[in-house]
Amino acid sequence: MIAEIGHIALILAFVVALAQSVLPMVGASQNAPRLMAFGDRAAIAQFILTAFSFICLTIVFLSSDFSVKLAYNHSHSAKPLLYKISGVWANHEGSMLLWVLILATYGALVPIFGRRLPSSLKARALAVQAMLAVGFMGFLILTSNPFERVVPVPLDGKGLNPLLQDPGLAFHPPFLYLGYVGFSISFSFAVAALIEGRIDAVWARWLRPWVLLAWSFLTIGIALGSYWAYYELGWGGWWMWDPVENVSFMPWLAGTALLHSILVLGTRHSLPSWTVLLAISTFSLSLIGTFVVRSGVLVSVHAFATDPERGVYILALLGITTGAALALYAFRAATLTGAPGGKSVSRDGALVLNNILLVSATLTVFLGTFYPLFIDAISREKISVGEPYFNLTFTPIMCLLIVFMGTAPMLKWRSDNLSRLKSTLLKLFIILAVVTGLTYLIGKSVLGALAIGLCAYLAFGTIATILRRAKFGELPRDQSYALLRAQPAATWAFVCAHIGLAICAAGITAMSVWSASAAKALQPGQSLSVAGYEFTMGELENARRENYEFLGTDVRITKNGKAIKTVHTERRYYPIRNMLTTEAGLHLSLRHTLFASISENPDPASKAKWVIRGYYHPYVVWIWLGALLMALGGFIGLADKRLRFRGSEVTE
Amino acid sequence: MKYLIITILTFFAATFAFAQSLDAKMEVRAQEIGAQLRCVVCQNQSIEESDASLAEDMRRLVRARLEAGDSNADVIDFMQERYGDYVLLKPPVQGNTFVLWFTPFALVLLGLLWFAFRRQKAIANAPLSEEERAKLDAILKGDER
Repeated sequence: MIAEIGHIALILAFVVALAQSVLPMVGASQNAPRLMAFGDRAAIAQFILTAFSFICLTIVFLSSDFSVKLAYNHSHSAKPLLYKISGVWANHEGSMLLWVLILATYGALVPIFGRRLPSSLKARALAVQAMLAVGFMGFLILTSNPFERVVPVPLDGKGLNPLLQDPGLAFHPPFLYLGYVGFSISFSFAVAALIEGRIDAVWARWLRPWVLLAWSFLTIGIALGSYWAYYELGWGGWWMWDPVENVSFMPWLAGTALLHSILVLGTRHSLPSWTVLLAISTFSLSLIGTFVVRSGVLVSVHAFATDPERGVYILALLGITTGAALALYAFRAATLTGAPGGKSVSRDGALVLNNILLVSATLTVFLGTFYPLFIDAISREKISVGEPYFNLTFTPIMCLLIVFMGTAPMLKWRSDNLSRLKSTLLKLFIILAVVTGLTYLIGKSVLGALAIGLCAYLAFGTIATILRRAKFGELPRDQSYALLRAQPAATWAFVCAHIGLAICAAGITAMSVWSASAAKALQPGQSLSVAGYEFTMGELENARRENYEFLGTDVRITKNGKAIKTVHTERRYYPIRNMLTTEAGLHLSLRHTLFASISENPDPASKAKWVIRGYYHPYVVWIWLGALLMALGGFIGLADKRLRFRGSEVTE
Repeated sequence: MKYLIITILTFFAATFAFAQSLDAKMEVRAQEIGAQLRCVVCQNQSIEESDASLAEDMRRLVRARLEAGDSNADVIDFMQERYGDYVLLKPPVQGNTFVLWFTPFALVLLGLLWFAFRRQKAIANAPLSEEERAKLDAILKGDER
């Protein structure tokens, strides 16, 4: 019964979205206030119905109602509570329902926070938002009904893919979707602005918090996914340039560009049509991400719920959405005029440079991800594009970006000259040289040392920027402190995010240059040595737990005879799914991560030896800490007074 | 006696394992090469990362070629000949990959050239006039009321 109610609620939400996609648009063109106001109410009704439908599906999973096919396929009565809940979205249908729910949530927030928006702009944006909802709800109802029943009713479910039974992954999709789908707001408002044929600083300032919000969630989502891959897949890969990772990274890169160009638009009123194009592209890349994961067109470790036929629907949806928006852009972009850009040496100029580099980086990832597919399709030649390709193409672009990032925020808007910054720049280059030199002496790697030097340069450049803004050295101390306190939230957001990137990049460098690993077939009591650490295998343990059997061992890690930590690693066998997983044992610390995993028996005949892998990963935690700091920066930026969600009751 | 046998066996196992492993330098080279080769039955994993038995065989093959005195490039050529372009995580620069390899650099270069030589209208055109700025401020303030 609950399943049917949920299904009906979803269909009603679809009908509401259908009306919402037409009436406010008509209202806006005929200047009919009541039709425009319908958009506000419909957006909220659509949200309530979708949320209700989602709650119904959650109840189905919680009550282990295996007469619903989805719960039967992806749940099990013996599953822990957390995974019964996360099971709702750890499959194709449920995750699409979550997608639609988040789309409706963002849509409903527009009338709540946008009371003072021009009513025609808001009505048009809500109509566009509803068109997206119509497309995706139609997809759910027509091809992926989550509420389908199964007859006869099975006794128990098949269980959830054990790889997904992990807290990191339980929260990864919601955050990722909050990011992906969050960009739908900038898409809808970009399309609405194109229809209106005008765009201004008010538009940009109203939209910026939404971009910040989506970007921060996406950052957290990607970081969670990376952390999950790191410890769950058991070989210490925190980022594999896997197609599924790449498609979540592309909207992030484009979204980062958007975040900066919308800043220029909001402050200087230049780059209007470019910003609109970025807004459209960012969301299109999110749709591509959804398409790739949901259709399984690029098979990879993450695409757990795949079905090529559904892919055609999403591809059509992607084609229509992106195609229509870009066609509209082609016709109307010329009407969006803004102020002329600043000089090359100015903050405006630097942000244009930022956009050039970020867009190049996005296209590079795009090319690396889809080129093998393209070559295969036209000539049946198979090539692989892996980490070495991205190291040679993507990494230099990012390094160049960091070079500009370290100093560009010190520039003034409109026009500036570098001689003003001479002494600060000199200090920064000394820091760069000293850190590079010291790192080289310790680490013996030229590229690694240069990269760490750049990270230090970025971090100190960011600090120097904030000190300059507070006029330290120019004014008396107490006045400078007062100025520092008076800095807007946006400044602190910038400091947080840029230092976050420096920390993240330092972790990435350390991890790529100085990590070490070894593998050896061991008997209990034997050990292997990695980067000066001894990994000693303990007694083998073989038993059953909740819903799996396991074979595990303690691995004692010592350095020069001194105990560091004993970690536990195991191979799990899930009989319900007939799947094996590896749980690595980790010793996480800020300086390094030591990490042991047990893998298959090298010689099945003798049960005496097991392959133990030991890993030494310096500063790997910095990667995720840096990412979280970036996301925190985004959230801090939301508090900026100049960007306040206007006309809302939600003030400080 | 039992313990003695175990000790001796462990000792032999240890020396055997030691003899089996290459000297450290060669192992570093083997890992460097392995990180550039795709485990051809896996989904996007290098042979160094994969637990698949084919990856294990490929790792052994790399080490055997190194022991036979091949240079790093020789080993990669050998693997390419044997498994095709698909095995290379770093695609070779050739006819069908020119676009792949050169687009990123071309993009950055064109972008920078455009940036350096774009017409800088800002000098001629004034930004917001005082009047316009006041108007904008008024609009923004009005919203905040």
